[in-house]
Amino acid sequence: MNDDPIGALDDLYQEVILDHYRKPRNFGPLPGADRSAEGHNPLCGDRIALQVRMKGDVIDDVRFQGKGCAISTASASMMTEAVKGKPRAEAEALFQKFHSLVTGGGNGAASDLGKLAAFGGVSEFPVRVKCASLAWHTLKAALEGSDGTISTE
Amino acid sequence: MGTATAFDVRKIRSDFPILSRKVRGKPLVYLDNAATTQKPQAVLDAIRKYYETENSNIHRGVHYLSELATKSYEAVRLKARAFLNAADAREVVFVRGATEGINLVAASWGRAFLKAGDEVLITGMEHHSNIVPWQMLRDDRGIVLTVAPIADDGSLILGEFEKRITSKTKLVSVAHVSNALGTINPVKRIVEMAHAKEIPVLVDGAQAAPHLRVDVQDLGCDFYVLSGHKIYGPTGVGVLYGKAERLEAMPPYQGGGEMILSVTFEKTVYNRIPHKFEAGTPNIEGVVGLGAAFDYLTGLGMSAVAAHEEELLDHGTKALFGVPGLKIIGTAREKAGVISFVMEGIHPHDIGTILDQAGIAIRTGHHCAQPVMDRFGVPATARASLGVYNTTEDLDALVAGLRRVGEVFGK
Repeated sequence: MNDDPIGALDDLYQEVILDHYRKPRNFGPLPGADRSAEGHNPLCGDRIALQVRMKGDVIDDVRFQGKGCAISTASASMMTEAVKGKPRAEAEALFQKFHSLVTGGGNGAASDLGKLAAFGGVSEFPVRVKCASLAWHTLKAALEGSDGTISTE
Repeated sequence: MGTATAFDVRKIRSDFPILSRKVRGKPLVYLDNAATTQKPQAVLDAIRKYYETENSNIHRGVHYLSELATKSYEAVRLKARAFLNAADAREVVFVRGATEGINLVAASWGRAFLKAGDEVLITGMEHHSNIVPWQMLRDDRGIVLTVAPIADDGSLILGEFEKRITSKTKLVSVAHVSNALGTINPVKRIVEMAHAKEIPVLVDGAQAAPHLRVDVQDLGCDFYVLSGHKIYGPTGVGVLYGKAERLEAMPPYQGGGEMILSVTFEKTVYNRIPHKFEAGTPNIEGVVGLGAAFDYLTGLGMSAVAAHEEELLDHGTKALFGVPGLKIIGTAREKAGVISFVMEGIHPHDIGTILDQAGIAIRTGHHCAQPVMDRFGVPATARASLGVYNTTEDLDALVAGLRRVGEVFGK
């Protein structure tokens, strides 16, 4: 599948991803949050807790806490940056595009994704798709108001 | 080490067809033996020969093939007896694996002999398969599960264990070797402590049987379980050893064919041990394959296997100490071929992905031992586990792979 293993690794662990892993943005509790959800990946023990504050239909602020692998932490960090200030519908549409990107399902999806396009390398690593999408599934649960823990399994 | 030099690992490697394949364009370095071992040609051949020349149901037909199949199946019971040094082949029950063996004891012995308030004592290093069956019995019967803690090096704190043997303790159930830490528990001593108070002991040998010579009479345990696929045999088959008097006293586990002597709608007379516990047509091909695995390991000699793996463990442990930021979880003095570790600032999952790109297979995660992860304050570890065909070169490849992990993460 990966004739060029080193290249595939460089695609997966791009500098922007490692940077967000080392210094996650929007990390910590969110005062005044009105929605929250927890995400759990039992395969690797990763857990994230996401808090959202809405202003009407717009995601006014979003922050996360938790500990995970480089891919899941960076994904959570970059997701919070990407959806902050966006209407709910736009955030959900972004998740669809992101999902296509990491599962290798959508051609050209990367062009609309901005920085998130860095996760394109994940599609070469099927077992890591759950890591990349954990934060997004958790955001979806929070927006839908389904409090509680969602699981990748 | 005299035995190790006589141990021809090149020859052994040639017995395992899968070891010659490449993974991601690289020679396979298989260090996930605690999850499952690879199978030697002899095991594959035995299964094939069974289907090509003997396939039939056992203990039933009067025809020729049934006689052959029954003979092959029962011959493995004798091999299992010898492998474990049980006193009697009737003490060998074929099950799906160590997990089913423990569940059988919990369901049959547990339901017959445990009542509300009785305590089952386990250790803090058990696999989920030696925790959950007892929790199910707790929820069903109101028994109490007590847990003996482990020390920072991953060894059992024997004094704390002894303190937890109370007048209410009715069963002790312990891992012989920890799958997550590699710790070898002092099972013989544990059995002495428990037997002094007439408490039976179940030993989960899933991770011990591949690495050590097991002698159930010397250990003195009442039950011992192992999984075939962890000792180079097929998946879906294993052994429950039980002392004859224990098995005799237990009700059947499942009802069906084979486990009965006679059935009318009014009354059923159960078969004798061990058949009482083997309802339905068993995994005949699995048992036949397991027999070939016993032969294979007996041919190598378990003392030689243990010596080889000890040498590898020593080499690997020393080499891993040189990897920046790496910490080994589980450093007990008595250890079998398991090295669990974490790297500072790098999640085990990322370690596993990067090693995989170099053709190196290890396990990452909680190893079905979440309480152990909690004990050491980590969500997961990376685990390299050894088998008969591993070499010091495999471990050197692991170390080189881990240095690459460090590079990717800029360490």
